[in-house]
Amino acid sequence: MTAAVEPEVGRARRRKEDARLITGATRWTDNIRLPGMLHLAVLRSPVAHARITSVDTTEAVRLPGVLEVLTGADLAAEQGSLPCAWPITEDMLAPPAPSIAVDEVNFAGEVVAAVVARTPEEAQDALAAIDVDYEDLPVVLDLTAAVADGADLVHPDLGTNKSATWVFDSAEAGTGGDATAAIAEAEVVVERTFRQQRLIPAFMEPRSVVVDPGPDSATLWSATQVPHILRWMLSAVLGIPEHKLRVIAPDVGGGFGGKLQVTPEEVLTLLVARRLGKPVKWTESRTESMLSGHHGRDQLQRITVAARRDGTVTGLKVDLLADMGAYLRLITPGVPILGAFMYNAIYKFPAYRFTCTNVFTNKVPTDAYRGAGRPEATFAIERIMDELAAELGVDPLELRRRNWIRHDEFPFTTVAGLTYDTGDYEAATARAVELFGYDELRAEQARRRADHDTVQLGIGVSTYTEMCGLAPSRVLGALRYGAGGWEHAAIRVLPTGKVELITGTSPHGQGHVTAWSQIVADRLGVPFEDVEVLHGDTRVAHRGMDSYGSRSLAVGGTAVVLAADKVLAKARTVAAHLMECSPDDVEFTAGTFAVRGTATSMSLGEVVVAAHVAHNLPDGVEPGLDAEATFDPDNFSYPHGTHLCAVEVDTETGRVVIRSYVCVDDVGKVVNPMIVEGQVHGGLAQGIAQALFEEAVHDEGGTLTTATLADYLLPSAVDLPWFTTDRTETPADTNPLGVKGVGEAGTIASTPAVVNAVVDALRHLGVRDVEMPCTPMRVWKALRGGAA
Amino acid sequence: MRITVTVDGVNYSDEVEPRTLLVHHLRDRLGKTGTVVGCDTSNCGACTVHLDGRSVKSCSVLAVQADGRAVTTVEGLADGGELHPVQQAFHENHALQCGFCTPGMIMQAIDLLAEDPDPDEDAVRHGLEGNLCRCTGYQNIVHAVRDAARRLGGTR
Repeated sequence: MTAAVEPEVGRARRRKEDARLITGATRWTDNIRLPGMLHLAVLRSPVAHARITSVDTTEAVRLPGVLEVLTGADLAAEQGSLPCAWPITEDMLAPPAPSIAVDEVNFAGEVVAAVVARTPEEAQDALAAIDVDYEDLPVVLDLTAAVADGADLVHPDLGTNKSATWVFDSAEAGTGGDATAAIAEAEVVVERTFRQQRLIPAFMEPRSVVVDPGPDSATLWSATQVPHILRWMLSAVLGIPEHKLRVIAPDVGGGFGGKLQVTPEEVLTLLVARRLGKPVKWTESRTESMLSGHHGRDQLQRITVAARRDGTVTGLKVDLLADMGAYLRLITPGVPILGAFMYNAIYKFPAYRFTCTNVFTNKVPTDAYRGAGRPEATFAIERIMDELAAELGVDPLELRRRNWIRHDEFPFTTVAGLTYDTGDYEAATARAVELFGYDELRAEQARRRADHDTVQLGIGVSTYTEMCGLAPSRVLGALRYGAGGWEHAAIRVLPTGKVELITGTSPHGQGHVTAWSQIVADRLGVPFEDVEVLHGDTRVAHRGMDSYGSRSLAVGGTAVVLAADKVLAKARTVAAHLMECSPDDVEFTAGTFAVRGTATSMSLGEVVVAAHVAHNLPDGVEPGLDAEATFDPDNFSYPHGTHLCAVEVDTETGRVVIRSYVCVDDVGKVVNPMIVEGQVHGGLAQGIAQALFEEAVHDEGGTLTTATLADYLLPSAVDLPWFTTDRTETPADTNPLGVKGVGEAGTIASTPAVVNAVVDALRHLGVRDVEMPCTPMRVWKALRGGAA
Repeated sequence: MRITVTVDGVNYSDEVEPRTLLVHHLRDRLGKTGTVVGCDTSNCGACTVHLDGRSVKSCSVLAVQADGRAVTTVEGLADGGELHPVQQAFHENHALQCGFCTPGMIMQAIDLLAEDPDPDEDAVRHGLEGNLCRCTGYQNIVHAVRDAARRLGGTR
C-alpha cells in the first residue's frame, strides 16, 4: 500500500464507470436472460376515463406460447395498492391505486390486462387478441375546470377533484409578517399567473424489470433509482416478507426522478413470477414509457409580489394548483410542497403566504422530475422579479441586489423557516456578469431596439438557490413524509489493504463510484484504484435511502467520510497498541501512522494485517477494521448561483436562438470538478428544454399526443448552445465535506433565465409573458397580442 | 429465413423471422447487448451500429437486410486491450454519464469522422443530430469528437 500524494478530492479524475459503458460491456436490466425466463407484456387503456364493462381474454389464452392472461379482476385480491409515501395533510384524499385497473380506467396508458408468454413477440401478439369494452366517462383534464363547482369528477367516490390543500403562512408560523396585509398596503403590486407545462422525464434507458422468484427468496432487478425504497414498498404492497426479497439496480440509464417510483409493472412482474414460479422479464417500449411512466411539473402558479417604489419587496403570495394526474404515486403530493420553501429564494422577504391545492385529472400521475418542486418555485419567483423590475424601471440585477441576503448576513433564517448556512450571491453574480459581458449586451440590445432590428436581443437573469441534500429526517417527519432522509455507508478493509466501500446511494449516471473512491482514497490514504464501490443491491448495500434530490454527495458522501473516520479511529487504537504509545500520540498522514516526535511508524497496510490476524490486539478490540456509519443531516444544503442568458428572437418568425449562456454556480466544495461540470451541463439542457421545447400534450379525449420521441421534442446537439460555466466556492457548514449538491442546479436555474430573456427581447414591443415552451408559434402569437 | 452476418469479426449463421429487427437479432440471438434500444421511432440513435462500415440505426434495419454483410458494434471497436480513439476521447472528455446513448453516439461519431476528419463544432452537432443524450447537454460530446479527430489525425 503506497500513500496517495496528490489529494484526490478536488481532482478531475476520469470515471471508473466509463470502461464498461464505452465498450458495451454493460449490465442493463434488459440484458438479463435467465434460464426459462418468460416475458410479461401489458395492455394499456386507449381511453382516459371509462368503466371497464368486459375484458375478453379467451382468444389470447389460446395463442401459442401464452402461459397466462390476467385482468384486474383476476388480481384484485392480491395486487394491493401502489404506495404513496407522502400524505401531505391529515385529511388528504387518496384513491386506491391498483397495478391493473379493476373496474375503471383513469388515464390513457393505465394497465388493463397482462400477458405472460414464452417470447416478447408472443406476448405482444396475445395483447392484440384481448378485447376490452369501455363505457366512456367524462374526462377531466384542465386544472381550473377540475376545481370549479359542478366539475366532472375523476374519482366520483371522493366527491371532489381536490386531493389536499396545503398552506404555509409566515404570520401563522412565526417566521415573518402577514403577506395579505403587505399586499393590501403595498406601493406596488405585481401579479402573474404562470403555467408549468407537463414534462416527461425521458431517461434514455426504458424501464425494465426482471424477477427470479427463486426457490426460497425472490430477486428483482429493476431500472430504478431507489432499490431500497422499492424493496420496502414492494414487500408492503404484496405482503412479501422483506427478507425474502432482494432488489438490484444494475446499470441504470438515467432517471432524473422518473425512476424514483414504485411502478405497476414492478408489482406485476414480481406478482406473476411468483405465481408461475418462473423468471419473468418486462421491458417497456419508448411509447409505453411516455404513456405510463410518471410525468413532471404541471402546475398553475398565481404569484403576487408587493414592493415599495425603491424595489424592496414587502410580501409574497403564491397560490398553486398542482396536477396530480389520476393517482397519487410515491411522492406525487409532496412535489409542490418541496417548492413551498423556495419561492422566497435568495431574498429577505418579510412576509410570505403559500397555498397549494393538489388536483386529480385523468392523466398519468405526476411525480418527481429533476428539481421536483424547486424548478417551479424558482421559475415563478425569478420571472416575477423581472416583471417587478420592469414595473419599477430598474435593472433586474439591481432589483435582486436590493433584496438578496448579503454574504455577511449568513446564517440566515428565511421567511419560509429554513436556515441557509452559507452563500455569497454577490460573488457569483459579479463573476457571471463579467463572463457574460452584461453591460456590452445591454448596449447592443438598446441599439437593436433603436434600429427596429427584426431580430431582437433579450437578456435573462436567474439568481437561484435550492434546498438540496434531502433531507433531515426530523424535517421530513414534520412534513408527514413516510421515510427518513439519512444515508448509510460501510467500509470493509480487506487483508491486503484493498477497500470495499458500500454505499446506500444508487447512482444511475452521476459517477458515485469515482467520487466516493476519491473521498475514501484521501481519507484512508489508499490509492484511488484500491477502492471498490459497491451499491444498488439490497443484499450488499443493506441500508440506504437511494439517489434523488441532490442528496447523494451531501448526505451519502458524508456517511462515507464518517465510516472512514471510524476505520481510522480503530486503526489508530491498534497502531498505538503495537507501537506502545497512547493513541493521542499517533499522527496519521498519507496512509502512515507515526508516533509524534519519533521515527517510529506503521503503514495503514501493516495495521490492517495486524487487525485482521488479531494476534496482538488491545483488550476488548474486535478483529478487523470494518466500520459503518449513518449520517442524518441537521439541515439541507443550499447551492446557489447566477445564470445569465442572451437570446435572439426573430420577431417575424418567433424563432428563439440562445446566443450565449453563462452560469456561475456555488455548489460548495467540489470532489470532482469534471463531474460537477457535467452535471451542470445536463441540468442546463433539461431546464432549457422546458423553456423552449418540451411539453406533454393531450388531446380533448385525454390521449397523450406526444407519446414518441418524434413528437416530444427532446433537444438534440443542434438545439442546445455552448455553455460557459464557472463556480464560486462557499463551503457548506452542514457537512464535513463542505459540499452542497449539484444534480438539480442547472435545471432549476436555467428555465427562468431563458424565458426572462425571451420576454426581455420583446418587452418593448408590448410582450409581458410567453407561456412555456416558448415555441416560434407562441412567441409569434405573443408578439401579435394573441394568447401566448 | 437463414442469414449469415459477420458481427465484430465473427461469422454467424441463423434462422430468423422476417420481421426480426437487426438490433433484436444482435441483442437477443447473438448476445451483443452492448447495442441498446432506446425508442421505437428511430429518433434516439442508441442502437446505431456500422453496416459495411457506415452507420445505421439497427432498429430500422431488418436482420435479413444484413445477410451477407458485416456489422460492427461498440463491442468490436477496441483492438485487443486498446480502446478506439473515439472511445478514449469519450472517456477523457467526460462525454457520458449514464452511458445508455454512448454506444450509438460513439458509432455515429466514428462515421462522422470518417466523412469529415476535422469537423468544427457546428459540423459535430449536425453530425450527431440523430443521436439523443439526456445527461450531458452534448457539450462534452462535442469536445470528445473534436478531440478524437485530433487523435485520429495524429495516428494517420
